[in-house]
Formats: sequence, C-alpha cells, structure tokens
Amino acid sequence: MKISIIPYSAFVIPFLIGVVIMAVTCIIKYIRWIRMFDAAQRDVIRHNWFSWKTIPALWEMFREGLLHFRIIRKNAVLGIMHQAFALGWALLIVVGAIQSKNAIACMNQEQSITQLNTLIEQNGWYSFDKDKNIILNKRITYDEAGNKVHLHYYRPFYAAIFYNYFIHKEPASFRKAQAYADLMDGLLLYVFLGLTLALAKRLWSKSVGVRRKASHNLVDRVTKLSLWMIFPLRLISESITSSLYGNGGFLTKYLGSFLSPDIFQYFELVSWLSYSVVLAIFFISMPFTRYMHIFTELLLIWFRKIGMKESTRPTGYTRFELNACSRCGVCIEGCPIDKELDNHRIQAVYLIRGLRAHRREAKMKIIADNCLMCDRCVNDCPVGIDISSIRRMTRSKGSLDTIGNYSYIGTPRPFNAIGRIAYFGGCMSHLTPGITQAMQKIFEAADQKYWYMDRDRSICCGRPLRQQGFLNQADDLMCKNTEMIERSGAMMLVTSCPICYRSFKEEYNLKIPVMHHTEYIDLLLRQGKLNLKRDKRTVSYHDPCELGRGCGIYEQPRNVLNSVTTVRKIKEQKEESICCGFNLGNAVISIEEQTKIRDAAVRSLTAKPVDAIVTACPMCKKSFQHATDRYPVQDIAEVVAANLIKQDE
Amino acid sequence: MPDFGFSIKKTRSESIDNGSKQKYEELVRRVPSFKRCFQCGCCTATCSARQFSDFNIRRMHTLFRRGDADGLSEQLKKCMLCGKCTLVCPRGVNIRQLVISMRTILDNGEKK
Repeated sequence: MKISIIPYSAFVIPFLIGVVIMAVTCIIKYIRWIRMFDAAQRDVIRHNWFSWKTIPALWEMFREGLLHFRIIRKNAVLGIMHQAFALGWALLIVVGAIQSKNAIACMNQEQSITQLNTLIEQNGWYSFDKDKNIILNKRITYDEAGNKVHLHYYRPFYAAIFYNYFIHKEPASFRKAQAYADLMDGLLLYVFLGLTLALAKRLWSKSVGVRRKASHNLVDRVTKLSLWMIFPLRLISESITSSLYGNGGFLTKYLGSFLSPDIFQYFELVSWLSYSVVLAIFFISMPFTRYMHIFTELLLIWFRKIGMKESTRPTGYTRFELNACSRCGVCIEGCPIDKELDNHRIQAVYLIRGLRAHRREAKMKIIADNCLMCDRCVNDCPVGIDISSIRRMTRSKGSLDTIGNYSYIGTPRPFNAIGRIAYFGGCMSHLTPGITQAMQKIFEAADQKYWYMDRDRSICCGRPLRQQGFLNQADDLMCKNTEMIERSGAMMLVTSCPICYRSFKEEYNLKIPVMHHTEYIDLLLRQGKLNLKRDKRTVSYHDPCELGRGCGIYEQPRNVLNSVTTVRKIKEQKEESICCGFNLGNAVISIEEQTKIRDAAVRSLTAKPVDAIVTACPMCKKSFQHATDRYPVQDIAEVVAANLIKQDE
Repeated sequence: MPDFGFSIKKTRSESIDNGSKQKYEELVRRVPSFKRCFQCGCCTATCSARQFSDFNIRRMHTLFRRGDADGLSEQLKKCMLCGKCTLVCPRGVNIRQLVISMRTILDNGEKK
C-alpha cells in the first residue's frame, strides 16, 4: 500500500495566489515586449541567442543582478545594501530549496512509521491512501494484507518557504540539518544588514553616503513597506515555532528561547499567515512597481550582452529598459541639473518612471527636454540603461521634423583629397579660431597633407538636431557630409569638436577612420612626427562629456598633455567630470543656469593650484573663457602648437 | 492709407491688423530671454545656414515679433540648430530654443 503525505496549511494560499499572479503578469508583459522588438533586435536574438556572448552575459547577470559590483564601486555602503537584499534573498530561496529537498528526500528514504505518526499528529501534514482517502490520526504500520506500507512524501515548492513550520524535527539521516538551519539564519541576518542600511537611508540618507535619494510615489512606498516586512515576519514566525518545538538555527532558537510557548502557541498561525500575506502583497504589486526590475534587469543584461541596441524609436527593448530601472536614484547623485540648479524633477529616474506609466506626452517632453545630455547618468546607471537614447526618443518632434529642408546647401563641391587627411573643424571651432589655426600648424609641422573641409562654410554634423529630436533633418545633413567626405577620397577624418566626433563615429557609417584631434596628436607623438619642448606650467584637464563619457577617450589627451606640461589630477575627472554647462543637448535652460553649472565645473578644475585650464572641446573652451580671467583656457591643440620645435631651427 | 506727405517702405511697415501679438506672447512665455534681444544681429553674422543662403535669423525674430508670420515656418526649417548664435549672443538669448519654439507655435497654428 502506498501512502502519500503532503505538507499543507491554509495560510499558504495567499502566498500561492501571489506567486501565480506575479508569474502570469510577468510572462504576459515579457511576451508583449518581445513582440514589440524591431527587425534588427529580432535578428540579434536569432543569431546570438546561443553564442560565445552567452558566457559573459551570464557572468554579468550574476555580477550585476546579485552582487551589484557597479553600485559597490560607486558607493560601497549602498552597494552592500542592494547586495544584501538581492543576494541574501536569492540565497535564502536557493538554500531553503536545497534544505527542504534534502530533508524530504531523507524522509522518503527512511520510510519511518514513527515519523509518519508524529507528522499526522502535527498540524500541517495530510496523508492519503491510494484511494485518495484522507487518513486522520490513525497509526498505520501494515495494511490489511500484512504488507509494509510505502510512504511517499511530497515536496510542494512552498515547503521551502515555510520550512520551519512544517518540519519540526528533521529525520535522523539528514545529518547536516543543523548546519542548514544555521546557514539559513545567517542568510536572514545578512538580509537584515541590508534592511538596516535601507532604514538608515530612508531616515537619513547622508549616513549611507547618498546626497539625495529618489522620491517615490505611494504605490512604490507601500510595496517597499511590504518588502521590508517580509524578513522580520519570517524571523518572528520561525522564532515562535522554535519556541514551541525547538527547531531552527542559532538566531531563531535564541529568539525563541525568550518566547513563552504557553502564550505564543496562539500566535503561531497568525504570524505565519501574516508572513504569507505580506509575501503575497509584494508579489502581486511587483509587476506594477519598481520591483519589476528584479527579473527585467536580468533579461535586459542578457539582451544587451548578446548585442541588442536601442533603436531611434520606442521598441520592446525600450520597454525592457524602462522596467529594468529600480529607481535606486544613483542617477540623481551626479546630475549637474540636480546639484547646481536644484531641479529635482527631470532626472533619469523620473523620466523613466513617467514613461513607464505612460504619462501625458507633453509632460514627458518637458522632463525630457531639460537635460544636458552629458551622459553622466548613463555612465553611473548600475543597470546600464541607455537613458540618452530614451530621452532622444521622447524629444521626438513629430510633424516638425520634415525632410528636404537643406536643399539650399546644394551639392557639395567635389574636392580631390585622395591620400589626404580630411579636417573637420565643426561649427563651434569657427568661434574659436585658435583651435583650427593650431591644428593647421600641427598638420604642417608633422608634414601631413590635409584638407580643411569646412574652412569657408560649415555644414553641421547633425548631432545637435538629433539631440533635439529632429531625426530626419539630422539624416539630411548626414547625407550631405557623407557625400562630401566619400567623394573627396580622403583617407582619414580628424575633427576638433567632440560633438562632431561622436556623431561621425557612432551615427555615420564612414568607411575611413575617424579621430578626434587629441587622438590624432597622440598618434603623431607616438610616431615621433612632432618635436615638443616642455611647458613649465601645471594644468588641469577638463574631460568634455562627448569625448570622455561619450567615446571613452580619457588616456590620449592625458598622454599628449603629459608630454608637454604637467597635468594635475582633480577630484571630478574622467567619468565624473562636470559638464561645462553649454552642452548642446539642452536647449531649454537659460544662460544664467548654464553659467551656474559652468562655474561648478570651473571650481572643480581650479580646486588645486593650476596655471591653466586645458580642454579638448571648442564648446567647453568657449564656456570656460567667459568664466574666468585668472586662468587662461586653452585647447590641447593650442598647447601643443605653442610648444612645437620647428625642424629647421 | 491716408497721405501723410511721406511714404514708408513696405519692409518697414507693420500691419497691426494682420499681425497677431498672441503668438509673440506665447513665444515670450516659452523663451523669456527673448525680451532681452536688442537686434544687434550677431546671430545672423555667425549663422552657418546664412553662409549658404539668405537665411536671416534676426529678420525672422523681427517678423515674428510683429506677428507677420507668412512663410516663416518654411524659412525656419533651414536652421541646423548648431548653436553658434546662442553662444555669441551678447544678451544671452537662448536662440536655439527660440527657433524650436517658433516652429512649434507656428506648426500648431497651421494645424488649426
């Protein structure tokens, strides 16, 4: 005869409902978003689903989804808080599953009738014979025919979650039972560490090194409260059960020893029920709140690592990105608009929240427009959301964005520049003739044949239009420039403006290499084509947004500068450099506001004694020039050109 | 038009009947710095689009101020938004935002 034994109690019902609703909602949402992928993104899935990219993708999912390395590198305390919640909870689930699996496997192996009889007397276990008749409080050892009964213990998945309630005494053959119980308590303690830090952040965010935290709406707050309640309620429930039956690990046993079984036996079911209800509240609200990031973040990392990119229009990938945002508020920390202008409504976290909730387009445009596009938040985002692309999409101008506006430019004059270097100063360099003159001097000193393609008239590269959401108009200009460069037969393109540089590098599909002049001068120096004398000054170098965070060019300008002058390290450098404030990404802030941000950048650049400010962008140069008379502001090209040693001398 | 004994050039005349101040007020609401413009023409002098055509951003400001918006929308499309004008403006007028706003206002007007 076979007897089936199942652990069950009515309080698991809320938990089960919660899990089912969460699973169904998530799956429906994910299927909808995957169907929204555009052709290019579908291709990526088709070709790269199983490829060598899988391994780094899995590693990053583990590293960022559970360990949160990126946040730890930014702010260790905050990172440990996130890690404790993610890793601690995940391990609680995994270790709990292994624990319950082992315990029940041992029970199945032992086939102990004594065990069965204890369980039948205990609450929460139901046994059935082969005709599905429930067996209540009967001592069964042998069936009618005199054969030994076969016991089969089932292990529903909730057995792991409510393990302590169901298993008061592990079977004797489960030797490591106490070690598992202690490990589970240790993990719970680890989650409590995160909880304490979260509470500290909630009460006084500066204590965990957060200048300003994201402000959340009511739904998010309620869900957060339910999340915070899960772990204390688990501890209380386990402690009460421990006080009654003496099970559990070091923590629950210790706490349980304080509780009187006479009183707390009445609270056992209530506390387990409230644990289950709180879990249910969290699971049901999860797909509709910021906690949707838990699973979406992992999927997003997967998609990104197999090569998926943001398109120019909203796609399924955008939905994944919007939902992967945990509203952790790291993007607020570095935002110059938050820091200098005290505008706390336009940061990436709020843009993403609004877009996710499908708020009114006009309202979203106001948020999307007020951003310098300095990419600081893109760089800081621990999930790696391409916020600038999402912003550009939101800025989309619709009917204003017309085609064929630039017919007045006509067909560019063909110029024979075969074997030459095309030099594109860019619009802004026309306002800083010092840079273009210095570049020409450098070309000549290095004996390079060049073609200054926008000497008389400059066609914009199109990036400023693109940043403002005029995609068609930007494409028009792109065609003109591409035609001009390809017809000339130039072998390389050097540009002085980081904005143009990024455009040529990322948006154009040029067949020739593109270099910013800092890269190019670095190349010339390494080839030994330039002879420079030392400049005794000490300078501070400002990383332009588009060159540094945008294109990752940090070392080349420093190499160049170190071969001429001494570069002083400043606090906010490289990835953390402050925007000069005049970035073309923002068309809505006034000059007074731009000036405030610029002053912050200048303060940071001159915090230590320096003789000059050096930058690599005509825009930044122009911006800083107006800020200060005390420090000369120069471009790298100008510093190099001023210290050239002429060959014939 | 009564004869005052002198004539006014067509380009300098301002028709209050045809013009609409509403659009100008809307523009000033969107770009308050526009009120500071003293029509020096630095923006036009530096304009990239001006180098290729007769695009004249200063003239457009004036026409918009008067409410004389015929064909202005077509003209404004020529702007490349490169931002040089904003950078050279001695009065700190946010001309890029001005161009975008003028186009938005005109576009909405034409739709109706």
